Amino acid sequence: MREIVVISGKGGAGKTSMTGAFAHLADNAILCDLDVDAPDLHLLLSPQIKTEESFLSGNEAVIDPDRCIGCGQCAELCRYNAVREDADGYRIDPLACEGCKVCVALCPEQAIDFPQKHCGQWYVSDTRFGTMVHAQLFPGEENSGRLVTLLKQKARAIAEEQGLDLVLCDGAPGIGCPVISSMAGTNLAVIVTEPTPSGLHDLKRVAELCDRFRTKVAVLVNKWDINPDLTEEIESWSTGRGYTLAGRIPHDRAVVDAMLERKAVTETGSDLTPLLERSWAGILALLDS
Amino acid sequence: MIYAVASGKGGTGKTTVSSSLAALWDAPAALVDLDVEEPNLHLFLNPDLSSVEKAWIEVPEADEDKCTRCRACADLCQFKAITVMADTLLVFPEMCHGCGGCLAVCPEGALFPGRRELGEICKGTAGRHRFVMGRLRVGEAMSPPLMRQIRELFPALAKDGDILIDAPPGVSCPAINAVADADCIVLVTEPTPFGFHDFKLAWEAFTPLGKPMGAVINRADLGDSQVTDFCRDNNIPVWAEIPYSRDIAQAYSRGEIIATMLKGLEPVFTTLRDRMRAAARKEATHA
Repeated sequence: MREIVVISGKGGAGKTSMTGAFAHLADNAILCDLDVDAPDLHLLLSPQIKTEESFLSGNEAVIDPDRCIGCGQCAELCRYNAVREDADGYRIDPLACEGCKVCVALCPEQAIDFPQKHCGQWYVSDTRFGTMVHAQLFPGEENSGRLVTLLKQKARAIAEEQGLDLVLCDGAPGIGCPVISSMAGTNLAVIVTEPTPSGLHDLKRVAELCDRFRTKVAVLVNKWDINPDLTEEIESWSTGRGYTLAGRIPHDRAVVDAMLERKAVTETGSDLTPLLERSWAGILALLDS
Repeated sequence: MIYAVASGKGGTGKTTVSSSLAALWDAPAALVDLDVEEPNLHLFLNPDLSSVEKAWIEVPEADEDKCTRCRACADLCQFKAITVMADTLLVFPEMCHGCGGCLAVCPEGALFPGRRELGEICKGTAGRHRFVMGRLRVGEAMSPPLMRQIRELFPALAKDGDILIDAPPGVSCPAINAVADADCIVLVTEPTPFGFHDFKLAWEAFTPLGKPMGAVINRADLGDSQVTDFCRDNNIPVWAEIPYSRDIAQAYSRGEIIATMLKGLEPVFTTLRDRMRAAARKEATHA
């Protein structure tokens, strides 16, 4: 079983458009959208949902006003300032509650309930490029890392069932919780970057994360012609770190035009197609090296 | 007043907007980069950083000799950060959310506070403005605790003027955390299917906070009219439209602030600034 995760550090570098193209070019891959906070891959793949499940994770504290004697112990203990006092007594701000259970355990009246949280939904769908596993976290929710882990497990299980040996994942931006979870146990990270100060700064940070996981890295520079000098700098920095270059994609309206048609850019007869085919071939070669 | 520049989708131009607003904010303000996973504002503002301090979160350390393996700590911990396995007490500091519960419930006093590095908080000045940035340590999963420590600086910063926040993208807990203190939210989007989808998520996520919100449509002539239609149907004011141009993309790639570098863009951002102020003021008089 092989797994590729497409990441970038910086949002907006073109991860999802590139993943969509690779999903089109890949034979026999299970597709997975790990950007559970703001998923977009489904907009290119128009999935037909086959199964939908609730994602339950963690708990939240809720004060029962009938049992609460207003002693304020919970407010004192809470390190997240989630306990608010107003005219009606104490209540817990669900946005601030970390679900740590300290107030529940130490309330002298056992006046705090601790129901499980329904954080979002996850789906297994059919697309024209194969099966896709994806999710939507509800706004403001945590546990994105746990949901990412769950999606990856499902994708691998489905790949086994279907006798496929590749899982292709669209990752989240940044370097935090969901990205760390998406890197666990992956065989190859494709970092999509752009030649801007932000692109380079965030590339260096996400690359450091890849090195910690000892993941193979391929770097793809999107919109390279916006700043050819910085593209050179990014590429020489990448090869200096021992990363493989997966190519350069020029800044081209074809990417947005394809998005508007709900297609992968390689489905539209654009000039980018041969470039992306070459990139994908290079990525597969690195995966099997 | 506190203003947050946010966006459902990364790469729509939050930092472009924040840096341009900073350049045209005609009163000393505090510029705060809360996008701690990928802080980029400093790359455009080139602040003089007078202090760079490490930020920590409290995590438990164990005194094995005092521990009786009673499991009170392990039973309480919701994050699998402390457990007893085969008569050994194990602490996984990277899993700890710093709630302090284990220390509070240990009957033997066998746990004491240690610490884990979250990242760094950098402070300084950028022109006439104060500048604060959080930068998450690579490998650290949790951005909210670092963001919380920066947000604790807000009351002091607000005494001396407005605060402009560059928020992380998305709508999960870090993004909501970043806009929670704001008097007014600017949602930066782009008129593409991805931009629209994430804009809608952000609008749904931020609406319950009951704060005035306006949209900035970047690369306004690039895609379709879904964003504009949605704004019209839901009474979301469009405070600025930034045209799509290769010049802007290239100026950004050179680390330039587009409002001051490119002809014709300055009025777009001064208008945005004035509309933000008006919205926050109107809200303040209502409240």
